[in-house]
Amino acid sequence: MLFNEEEVRKSATQLRKDIINMISKSGSGHPGGSLSAADIMAVLFFGDVMRYSAANPQLPDRDRLILSKGHAAPVLYAALARAGYFQPEELGTLRQLGSRLQGHPDSQKLPGVEVSTGSLGQGLSIACGLALALEAGGNDFAGVDEPGGNDFAGVGEPCGVGFVGNAAGGDEAVGVVGGADAVDAGVLGAAGGTTDVPKKSPLKSFSSNSRRVFVLLGDGECQEGQVWEAVMFAAHKRLKNLIAIVDNNKLQIDGSVSAICNLDNLNTKFSAFGWQVQEIDGHDVNAIKLALEYATNSEFEGPRVIIAHTIKGKGVSFMQGECGWHGKAPSEEQRLAALAELDDGSLISQSLTSGGTL
Amino acid sequence: MSATGQDLGLLDTMTQKSEAPKKATRSAYGETLVELVALGHDIVAIDADLTGSTTTAVLGKKYPDRLINVGIAEQNMIGVASGMSLAGKTAFTGSFAVFGTGRVYDQIRNTVCYSKLNVKIVPTHAGISVGPDGGSHQMLEDIALMRVLPNMRVLVPADYTSAKAAIRLAAGTPGPVYVRLGRASVPILYGEQFALSSYESHHDLCHESLAESHGNLQDDSSGNAHKLTEDASQMSGGFAFGKANVLRTGTDISLIACGIEVAYALEAATILEQHGVSAEVIDVFSIKPLDETTILGSIKKTGAVVSCEEHMLTGGLASAIAELLANNPGVCKRPLGRIGVDDRFGTSAEIDELFAEYRLNAKSISNMALSVL
Repeated sequence: MLFNEEEVRKSATQLRKDIINMISKSGSGHPGGSLSAADIMAVLFFGDVMRYSAANPQLPDRDRLILSKGHAAPVLYAALARAGYFQPEELGTLRQLGSRLQGHPDSQKLPGVEVSTGSLGQGLSIACGLALALEAGGNDFAGVDEPGGNDFAGVGEPCGVGFVGNAAGGDEAVGVVGGADAVDAGVLGAAGGTTDVPKKSPLKSFSSNSRRVFVLLGDGECQEGQVWEAVMFAAHKRLKNLIAIVDNNKLQIDGSVSAICNLDNLNTKFSAFGWQVQEIDGHDVNAIKLALEYATNSEFEGPRVIIAHTIKGKGVSFMQGECGWHGKAPSEEQRLAALAELDDGSLISQSLTSGGTL
Repeated sequence: MSATGQDLGLLDTMTQKSEAPKKATRSAYGETLVELVALGHDIVAIDADLTGSTTTAVLGKKYPDRLINVGIAEQNMIGVASGMSLAGKTAFTGSFAVFGTGRVYDQIRNTVCYSKLNVKIVPTHAGISVGPDGGSHQMLEDIALMRVLPNMRVLVPADYTSAKAAIRLAAGTPGPVYVRLGRASVPILYGEQFALSSYESHHDLCHESLAESHGNLQDDSSGNAHKLTEDASQMSGGFAFGKANVLRTGTDISLIACGIEVAYALEAATILEQHGVSAEVIDVFSIKPLDETTILGSIKKTGAVVSCEEHMLTGGLASAIAELLANNPGVCKRPLGRIGVDDRFGTSAEIDELFAEYRLNAKSISNMALSVL
């Protein structure tokens, strides 16, 4: 599956519609932070980035994704369903008694969920441990201690197993923002340039850090102290296979992040801790794709973070930028209005920069 | 349960506490991990700047890549351990019990237990026996905190030998386990012979039904458990999840103890003997699952009980026994005697002073027994 901008956009819209339908049906849930992450998740799952196997969720050589902002479970469930982990009809069971789709992700119930999350601030630490162990040759089968991973053979993966092509180097980046004077510069809205490099055989190209760990955090979540324990640790251990993405939607339950406890400049904060930082429009699938390629392929000797500027509630006019929609279900009327807007697509195509939100 | 201390391989000197060789339970930690790694266990230890105190440094010295020191960042310690377990490692955490359970309670609850990860919570310096460091460092709520967590098992070894067994059992059993270790030197109660005996050792500890009766477990002698798991459980000898050990038989009262209090309970039994009271002493090595059969059987026989722990009176062993008795009305004829810390913090002092001040020593136990009777 090669990166196809239009297809990924369509996937993102599908995820958004799934989110609206799920939360409307369950009568509770978190639409705002799910919608803001839809484009990121669409690129990870359907943009030739993550290696995974819906048919074999425990595939040893899969990339790992940890949804540290666990309340955005609906976007993860939608992505898993659309990737083939389970039938999309099951999305309608969200938050119901007996459902595998818990209010926050439960790894004991739903294949594809690597670890249960929901208590904010813990995902990055978990990702650090995973990245460290995978780099050292760990795998899912106890008792094996040889360095290097298992091979890929003998496993049918119907979808999503792709290999990222050559790096979109930092040189191609335009619109550097933030004060990232350290190491790799930030990339904002990197233009065009889909990667059409043929898929390499994963069998031959695994390097020591070939199994990558992606972790999606919220910006509000970065108020948790444990996040910064992990940020420090990841840099200290030079975890090259760790890629954090901050869904920087600038809102939290009680209001705007800047008003409640300002994170100020996340870019300089991560840079100061020794991370490679990119800063992008988190609703521009091309920018997300390029940033992920750069993060996964650069020679930088340390962890990488992509600060994705997003809009909470993105794609639904009455939810966008409204912290009241952090954890509220739409009425039937609102559901239909939201679906109509998503079908229309004009809000989705609006870039952050043109809206002046960044 | 009619076995005597000698039958169980107790050291002969054990009834004379002063003559017993002593060793801290924490000293079993690092060295046992080294032994397990040598056996092929895919173990890592993650500690938080206390590798010397917890003794995980012993592991790091022998196998540098097996010890991760996250610095003074206990929350990250639990998270990193969780992540490593997701990659197939058996992850042991460290720090002191006050930080390694209390400070990271949410991490243990929401990540380790909720995801049922193969993470072993094994901090040291639990209890008031930490001594001069004082109340901030004397963890008296950890059994309560860990006991109420679904998927968590709780072991409280009484001595160095049983501490080694606990660590082996933890390593050989998938899923979260809490092992309570202490700083103080405590009498060695069990001989290596007991630890290494094959008594009930061959059950498949991978099975989830650990709380079930011993009878079921004994069927598994030729089980197809993973070889490493089998090694670990065999090495754990007479110790198992859900199994208490009767260290001294008696007919008048059951002294049911865990951890450091087991030695004090044995001493108390000697004192009680001088008062013409025959006390049975039980080491509740496994608080969760609890050996209900052995404990109830003993209380049925004696009709009276004193629980003994260096822990809050609420939430720990006393509570576990109270719950058991509540579910089995009529078994205990007397009020439940409880030795433990009564809703207050610890304080700085030497251990002997603390155990007198907080009424945890042998004299306190024997007095409590006499008052119950």
